Amino acid sequence: MNTFPGAAWILAGVFALSGMLTVGGALLAVTSQRVIRSVSGLALGSVGLAGLYYFLHSPFLALMEILIYIGAVCVTIVFAVMLAEPDEPPPEKPRPRARLETAVALLVSLAAGGALAWLGLHTRWPVARARTGDGSLRSLGVELLSTYCLAFELISLVLLLAILGALVLARHGRTPPPAS
Amino acid sequence: MNPLHDRLETYLVLAALLLAAGVFGLLRRRTLIGMLIAGELILSGASLNFLALNRFTAPDPATGQLFVLFILGLAAAEVAVALSLVIAVYRNYRSVLTRDLADLKG
Repeated sequence: MNTFPGAAWILAGVFALSGMLTVGGALLAVTSQRVIRSVSGLALGSVGLAGLYYFLHSPFLALMEILIYIGAVCVTIVFAVMLAEPDEPPPEKPRPRARLETAVALLVSLAAGGALAWLGLHTRWPVARARTGDGSLRSLGVELLSTYCLAFELISLVLLLAILGALVLARHGRTPPPAS
Repeated sequence: MNPLHDRLETYLVLAALLLAAGVFGLLRRRTLIGMLIAGELILSGASLNFLALNRFTAPDPATGQLFVLFILGLAAAEVAVALSLVIAVYRNYRSVLTRDLADLKG
């Protein structure tokens, strides 16, 4: 099927790069002390995740992942970083329980992730007998405006309410400018 | 045997890793924005799970893609509201450390 020489190797390399970007970005996002590095980790992880979406035959979602996560979410968090001072200060006195808390958090998260991975590896997943659609962008649009029309309208309502709520919440408590 | 990028298990394990990183961040970060980022990682893991199962087991490949599209929209709305909450908290407390937000604690 592949006529280009070494296509399989290139494919494997790009896939490994996407996977490593995803995992490395996630680890950077949760382990670094500075918030701006966490945001950079989230952006890196989103790039890797977009690559994985591409391998899962959904190029439209790969585009949307980059557009929304990097273009909207990360930029909004960076704005909040500018307005507040979110960096974690180094603890004044070394707390004796900090290491224990980290160990417990690591244990809990590894247990949750490990259980999920074990389930995923040891379940016999059913295979669809017949495909009823091709998952193209055209079929996505048709489904969005026919079967999922109500959800589509509702999410526009949710986004409108989120905009209004964010405006109201962030405006509350602002000191009025001094009357001149 | 299929190559690694054409097997369901690879994606499920990657999604489980994303979930583990998110849970660790939620438990360990000491600022509100750090916890928000960890929550985004958990949502990303859920999206990856949905798309992987959609690609390999679902009869109609459009369904899972639409669900992930809705997850993306909800994540954007959540981030907007949560960040305005963070800014409101910062105006009142001059801090976004979770340890300082203890007014209701008797």
